[in-house]
Amino acid sequence: MLEVRTIHKRFAPDKEVLQGVSLTVEPQEILCLLGPSGCGKSTLLRIIAGLERADQGRVLLNGSDITETPAHRRNVGLMFQDYALFPHLNVAENIAYGLRMHGAPASERRRRVEEMLALVNLEGYAHRSVDDLSGGEQQRVALARTLAPNPTLLLLDEPVANLDRLLREELLEALRRILKRLHVTTIFVTHDQEEAFALADRIAVMRAGRLEQVDAPAPLYRRPANTFVAAFLGFRNLLPILEWRDVHAVCTPIGTFELPERDAAHPAVGARLLIPPDAAVLDSAPSSAAHVPLVGRVVAATFRGSVFRLQVAPEGSKEDSVLYFEFRTRGRERLPVQGEPVRLWLDTAQMCVVKEA
Amino acid sequence: MMQAALYALPILFLTIFYLYPLLAILRVSFGASLTEAMEQASAALRAPGFWRVLWFTTWQATVSTLLTVLVGLPLAGVFARFDFPGRGVMAALLTVPFVMPTVVVAPAFLALIGRNGLLNVWLQRLLHLDAPPIQLEQTIWLILLVHVFYNVAIVIRTVGGFWSTLPPTLAEAAAALGASPRRRFWTVTAPLLAPSLVAASLLVFLFCFTSFGVILILGGLRFATLEVEIYRQAVSYFNLPMAAFLSIVQLFFTFTVMALYTRVQARLSRTLRLRRRAFARRPASWRQWAVVGLALAATFIGVLSPLVALAVRSFTLGDGGPTLIYYQALGENLRQSAFFAPPITAVRNSLVYALATLAISLPLGVIASYALVQPRSRWAAILDPLLLLPLGTSAVTLGFGYIVAMGPLRASPWLAPVAHSLIALPFVVRTFLPALRALDQRLREAASTLGADPLRRWWTIDAPLLLRALLISAAFAFAISLGEFGATLLIARPDRPTMPLVIYRALSQPGLMNYGQALAMSTILMVSTALSILLIERFRLPQGEEF
Amino acid sequence: MFAQWHVWNSLLRRLHGARLRLHRLYRGPLLGALLAAALLAGCQPLTSPAPSETATPTPLVLASHDSFNISEEVLARFEREHNVSVQVLTLGDTGTALNKVILSKDAPLADLFFGVDNTFLSRALAADIFEPYASPLLAQIPDDLEMDPQHRLLPVDYGFVNLNADREWFAAKGIPLPERLEDLTDPTYRGLLVVQNPATSSPGLAFLLTTIDYFGEDGYLDFWRGLKENDVLVTDGWSEAYFSHFTVGSGGAGDRPLVVSYSTSPPADVVYATDGRTEPATVNVFPPGSAFRQVEFVGVLKGAAQPELARKFIDFMLDVDFQSDIPLQMFVYPANPNATLPELFVKFAQVPPDPVIFDPAAIEANRERWVQAWVELMTQ
Repeated sequence: MLEVRTIHKRFAPDKEVLQGVSLTVEPQEILCLLGPSGCGKSTLLRIIAGLERADQGRVLLNGSDITETPAHRRNVGLMFQDYALFPHLNVAENIAYGLRMHGAPASERRRRVEEMLALVNLEGYAHRSVDDLSGGEQQRVALARTLAPNPTLLLLDEPVANLDRLLREELLEALRRILKRLHVTTIFVTHDQEEAFALADRIAVMRAGRLEQVDAPAPLYRRPANTFVAAFLGFRNLLPILEWRDVHAVCTPIGTFELPERDAAHPAVGARLLIPPDAAVLDSAPSSAAHVPLVGRVVAATFRGSVFRLQVAPEGSKEDSVLYFEFRTRGRERLPVQGEPVRLWLDTAQMCVVKEA
Repeated sequence: MMQAALYALPILFLTIFYLYPLLAILRVSFGASLTEAMEQASAALRAPGFWRVLWFTTWQATVSTLLTVLVGLPLAGVFARFDFPGRGVMAALLTVPFVMPTVVVAPAFLALIGRNGLLNVWLQRLLHLDAPPIQLEQTIWLILLVHVFYNVAIVIRTVGGFWSTLPPTLAEAAAALGASPRRRFWTVTAPLLAPSLVAASLLVFLFCFTSFGVILILGGLRFATLEVEIYRQAVSYFNLPMAAFLSIVQLFFTFTVMALYTRVQARLSRTLRLRRRAFARRPASWRQWAVVGLALAATFIGVLSPLVALAVRSFTLGDGGPTLIYYQALGENLRQSAFFAPPITAVRNSLVYALATLAISLPLGVIASYALVQPRSRWAAILDPLLLLPLGTSAVTLGFGYIVAMGPLRASPWLAPVAHSLIALPFVVRTFLPALRALDQRLREAASTLGADPLRRWWTIDAPLLLRALLISAAFAFAISLGEFGATLLIARPDRPTMPLVIYRALSQPGLMNYGQALAMSTILMVSTALSILLIERFRLPQGEEF
Repeated sequence: MFAQWHVWNSLLRRLHGARLRLHRLYRGPLLGALLAAALLAGCQPLTSPAPSETATPTPLVLASHDSFNISEEVLARFEREHNVSVQVLTLGDTGTALNKVILSKDAPLADLFFGVDNTFLSRALAADIFEPYASPLLAQIPDDLEMDPQHRLLPVDYGFVNLNADREWFAAKGIPLPERLEDLTDPTYRGLLVVQNPATSSPGLAFLLTTIDYFGEDGYLDFWRGLKENDVLVTDGWSEAYFSHFTVGSGGAGDRPLVVSYSTSPPADVVYATDGRTEPATVNVFPPGSAFRQVEFVGVLKGAAQPELARKFIDFMLDVDFQSDIPLQMFVYPANPNATLPELFVKFAQVPPDPVIFDPAAIEANRERWVQAWVELMTQ
């Protein structure tokens, strides 16, 4: 569907924002470009849209090379972070804009605008001024405007970043529903891993102009390719590996862990042990042999509704390092409080070794 | 490639019609004796008179600019923020001083505030004074006052036009954050207005810097400018090397000031969400009405009353009775002159030139503005100061340049709109540029991704959003052309007179009838200017009403 | 030049056709309408009457200054008689116009130039831009008006620059009209006089020259210092002085009852009166040595396209018909004494008793020095 081949782009001699990015998007797929701000994800999006020229590399859409095609002939829809609604046009005129540019007759435009307004749940808004809309309404108008001309490829740049949390989740869900219903191939850019997980079929993690890892959400979460990806996905327990005891056993400042067989391919240098926040149980009885005990003191405890979080300082660790854990809340149990000693069981099966980025 | 060719157009225009004749006359002037010219130049630089003139010129231009901004800014705010009856007419009338020849404006001012002026007579009677209380004649204050009169429209329209498209939410946000109205202005509105304010000041400064007529008519000889010195050298003594040298000094000076200003201006610009429709609402409280009323009264007294006085005099006989004879005389060929033209012909000729000026300066100015906003543009460095230079160029020098360089075109009436365009271009660009710089680039990008090709993108996004700025530019270009008296700059065709030419011709001989005709023609010029500007501003682009 | 015109014409006609297409291109009315209006309106004066096939008049181009004027009927007579169409170009004030003609020496703008006056005569002759032409009509012209023995420049008219006074003002105030130039520095006349800048105005220069003639090179600056201390007002041109500051010309707005103007201003005041007055409100004042004679000349330009016609036009200008037209068209005296003077001229346009007749060579040689010294003094 879309193929991006070794794209390079520099804005200044010493500022190469894209350093050979290659990427493929499958038809009807929702791909997420995830990365911190300044990593080049928006630039990549703009190159795909034709708003920016790549210094090197090609962009292929449905097999044909569109690298040199100007933006207005690509039929690639782009929704901007701040929506860029035309202030001099009303809601319907905004939505009809692309149709007008594609020469659709008036009746067809009217029909399509109604359809789009229905799709984004804004029936009756046709003649409103865009200045009078709320943020969420503006976002939906922007989406309707982008979708109206039936773009071959949909690009969303931080589509919900400007909205408050509640609205964001609601709109993410609506977005996913709409995109899946329309079967439209989509790339969207975000710096928020929750958004990425909520929306994407596949996630491409970017860092400083390079792709670090491209994978489906679950494998990405389970096996981050390196510490950068892990950290960006929100993993905080990345323990330095002091030495390898044997093929399976890693020594860390808080103890030695026996890893399952599959992680045996241990790198020679520069790696860390990742312990996911949900890899611990509080119960006294371990459920399997893979669990090893950890004794420590609670540094902080926060209640988060369905889960609660603990920050635990392991006993005997040299540095004042803290591990972060998350547990599902069950009504009957008593939550540990700050300063209380605690014993946890860590599931080595969920641990993995990640390369130092 | 296409773009480069397009951007080259204004440069080409300026090269052919400005740089080439200018360089040609400089070459002719210096001729073989460059060393001699250098000697004269160094002599001029050593003369104390030269520095005095340069100092005075700069000083009066700076003070005039400051005063004009001081007066114009509050008025700009009132025009931008409030909607009141007669607002459009008022705005159009404000542009009128721009086209008025100094020869008719000066007596109008004297008739109001001269020693025997209306205001003095009233005040004397009212306060039982022995001597007229207002004694401005022959003082620098009168010069400054008239400079404000001539130029305040630049501030009101350029800044006001931009101001009215600023989203009011910005100031409202500041208010919500606890800023008092004054702090709101200084911390939010003023910085946002800065680019247009700088642009307006720049134009005012240039106009005052090269002011010629106003100073000598009203100030006498004590206040001579560089421009006068150039005329004297070029015409009276035919000392072309000296005139050329002084022209270069004046150019150099304007260039430096402009380079400085344009850099400041570019740095001040911010991208804003411009609104298409001007944000103006009816005054809501009696205080707001009072503000509007005060501003209107000030505008009327300062700017419109001399014009009204002038118009009234055109309908008044010497002894005070109402009359139409001046207008009738305009239509009668009293002298049976071969160069007689009825007023309607003069109006038509003027309108033709003004439309042609618009057709030249508007597209070129818009293209130039686009070239100037290109990021990392090489054009900007050349084009920006180059565009402003004609304003700082001595008319006599350039007029001679046309004679030397323009070949068969020199006697062509088509040179007039070209020359007018040279003066109008900086106005078009300076008025249009701040709005263009403020236009959100993402709106264009959105249009592109929605399938708009560059031309349609311009037509559907840029044009409607920049319409206000464009119309104000057009109004200026039109007014400049209507009021321009090109006798010094160009070869005139007396059989095809424009309104200013008819005025000047009437004023070349004594007699009240001549003076009355000049007043009558000036009144016609005022009215046609105001009407044209109103008409221009009534233009609206079609919107996609149906979708 | 005229060939060029035809090229322009055809080009614009073609553009005219393109207008329709352009119009369709711009569906929005603003630019389209403006562009079309400009083109349409612009074409009008250019596509004006095509020359008739039978006898195309030969074009003759006369360059002059802003003040040139002529009766339609008189001009038409010449055009008919010689099958000529006369195109007049005005090039600015006298000095500017002459300089433009000099600058275009290699590619003349016109066939002949009218408007060199005696203050610019030397410069014009030195520039070597005129062909000699000893018109037979010179026989009728008084010798003292002829200043070029080679007849490159021929006198057409003359006039006098002198003081004008507001008769009623002086009568009302009971102040006598000044009898000597020295009186003007007397406190009685404080703040009463408006003059023109000799650097930018031709009557201004003329008045300066009379003071140099009267007080001598050593004395004129002292006189001007006295004037300055007596609050003299200087404007850059005649119109500004007369209509803005002179009490009569400004209809009461100005406050200067004395102005440097022309001896023919009083008749103009009657001709262009609005109240049907038969007596001018202004009078000529001739303190001894205060009036300056200006003579205006015409000449055939070197490299003229129609030298023969140009010479015919000069004959025409010196002949009685045109000469009699001069007084009321340009408010100066005809050079040819056989011309009929209008009654008003005879009555009100007095000829000063002892006009200053300055040597043109001396003017050209010293102008810069004299004016410069004057400027230094007045701007101090």
